[in-house]
Amino acid sequence: MFSLLVRRLLSAVPTILIVITIAFFMMRAAPGGPFDKEKLLPPEIEANILRVYNLDKPLYQQYVDYLKNILKGDFGPSYKYRDFTVNDLIASGIRVSFKLGIYAMLVAVTFGVTAGTIAALKQNSRFDYVVMGMAMTGIAIPNFVMAPLLTLIFGIYLSWLPVAGWNNGAFENMLLPVLALALPRVAYIARLTRGSMVEIIHSNFIRTARAKGLREKIVIVRHALKASLLPVVSYLGPATTYVITGSVVIESIFDVPGIGRYFIHGALNRDYPVVMGVVIFFCIIIVTVNLIVDLIYGFLDPKMKVE
Amino acid sequence: MNRNLRREIVEKIDDSAQVKGRSLWQDARRRLFRNKAAVTSIVILSIITLLAILAPWLSPWAYDEPNWEYDFPGSPNAQYHHWFGTDANGRDLFVRTLYGARVSLMVGMLATAVSLIIGVTYGATAGYIGGRVDNVMMRIVDILYSLPFMFFVILLMVLFGRNIFLIFIALGAVEWLTMARIVRGQTLSIKKKEYIEAAEAVGVKHSVIIRRHIIPNTLGPVIVYMTLTIPEVILTESFLSFLGLGVQEPLTSWGVLISEGAQQMESASWLLIFPAVFLALTLFCFNFIGDGIRDALDPKDR
Repeated sequence: MFSLLVRRLLSAVPTILIVITIAFFMMRAAPGGPFDKEKLLPPEIEANILRVYNLDKPLYQQYVDYLKNILKGDFGPSYKYRDFTVNDLIASGIRVSFKLGIYAMLVAVTFGVTAGTIAALKQNSRFDYVVMGMAMTGIAIPNFVMAPLLTLIFGIYLSWLPVAGWNNGAFENMLLPVLALALPRVAYIARLTRGSMVEIIHSNFIRTARAKGLREKIVIVRHALKASLLPVVSYLGPATTYVITGSVVIESIFDVPGIGRYFIHGALNRDYPVVMGVVIFFCIIIVTVNLIVDLIYGFLDPKMKVE
Repeated sequence: MNRNLRREIVEKIDDSAQVKGRSLWQDARRRLFRNKAAVTSIVILSIITLLAILAPWLSPWAYDEPNWEYDFPGSPNAQYHHWFGTDANGRDLFVRTLYGARVSLMVGMLATAVSLIIGVTYGATAGYIGGRVDNVMMRIVDILYSLPFMFFVILLMVLFGRNIFLIFIALGAVEWLTMARIVRGQTLSIKKKEYIEAAEAVGVKHSVIIRRHIIPNTLGPVIVYMTLTIPEVILTESFLSFLGLGVQEPLTSWGVLISEGAQQMESASWLLIFPAVFLALTLFCFNFIGDGIRDALDPKDR
């Protein structure tokens, strides 16, 4: 268990380093800077600006400085919002984004596992077909189509829920963004759970459990469910990536003041430090989640324990 | 009488003995065509492709010319041949949706082709060489796998401008990882086969063995995964275009149209609904075809 942790940590560090390196050099390789204007600046002023943003030093020096700053947790100043650092922007969005993401994951896992399990237990029943059909729809309809459609139906035609805005995370405001973010993942997790559950309930150890005379409920909850959740656990890593990526779009659509919205504004305005800072920040989160998921997996999977 | 009958039977058996044996692929094709969802998907997809190809001749309107005599945006109207209505600039949505289909399908095919080339070469090389090289190569894939690649594509788009060819390459360069894994796994099992040993014994060059003997035999899973990569790429391109980072005006793609539609859905819902239906339908079809081919090639999975 401990060696697993060390191994995973050892691979997580280079991953983040690679991310930072790729992002940094991609940014420097880009044609045109954020201060290119129609009008030519007087050379003194330009030199001044470059010096303030540390752009006049040699490239490797800039890279080393950037790395050092990130180690200190400093992503530098925003080029666009002159009075803010990237840290300020991330700090102001993180609580909202975190809440949105956590709820979306919770909804995805709860509904996905429940629907998948019931569908597997009633294999080839009408419920099964309905759930799998819905899962297929959920996977085929991307979240940036789902979100406007949900708004159109519940926000405009039925006017049950607000169309956009966050309102400090009020339930009505959160419902649509969370749903739009979670639905494709619900669909995928339902399919995943059903698949592994169907395989598990036909396996020998379940037959043994039933032969012992255990009640069906205990057989399913204690034995089958635990084993069939392994693929779901290992899917949590990729699911986090999807949710974080999706949150960028969902936050723009619903006008939620999270990190994703700053990211898109930064991307459209070529605000390099913001874009890079957010990418690195997201990568660190994703790598961390993957690490945790690996550890949980190692904890749950009896085969890993033996190793 | 009895003897005649017997001879007939014998002849029949003889006839059937001459019927050619069915190859794996013929079997797979038969199973695929018995799968109703897959066949329907192939038909729908062919129709969409045909519409996209024939787009300029299907409507009197051009994709970048407004109709000055009609509303901006205007609801679907048969009199002016605006079957899907017009957008906020008065341009015909039917033609624009079909032009969007052109871009989306082309991006899907080309980026998948790029990912196919990189993934198959990389995977086959890693699997064939094996040992430490394989370890390092697959470790790199593992690391890249855990990165949120969408953000790197966005970074690329932000930094190097929103160029449609860059989209092909960026998406292709992102989507090859799974392909590499699949091909490597296949290669590992194939390279232990006798015919590879024979080829090595005869002194065939490694590159030729990979190209002529290994890659063709990994084809089954590669085709399945390819059909599943195309919708993934289309989706990613639409995602980028939706954010305003993909295809630029006056060209269009489904993502652009959906994003425009989403902004005006309160007053002009058709702007959202038509492109969204086309996109969802296409993604559906590719998924069903991919599932269909997988079931057809791997009957034990059913």
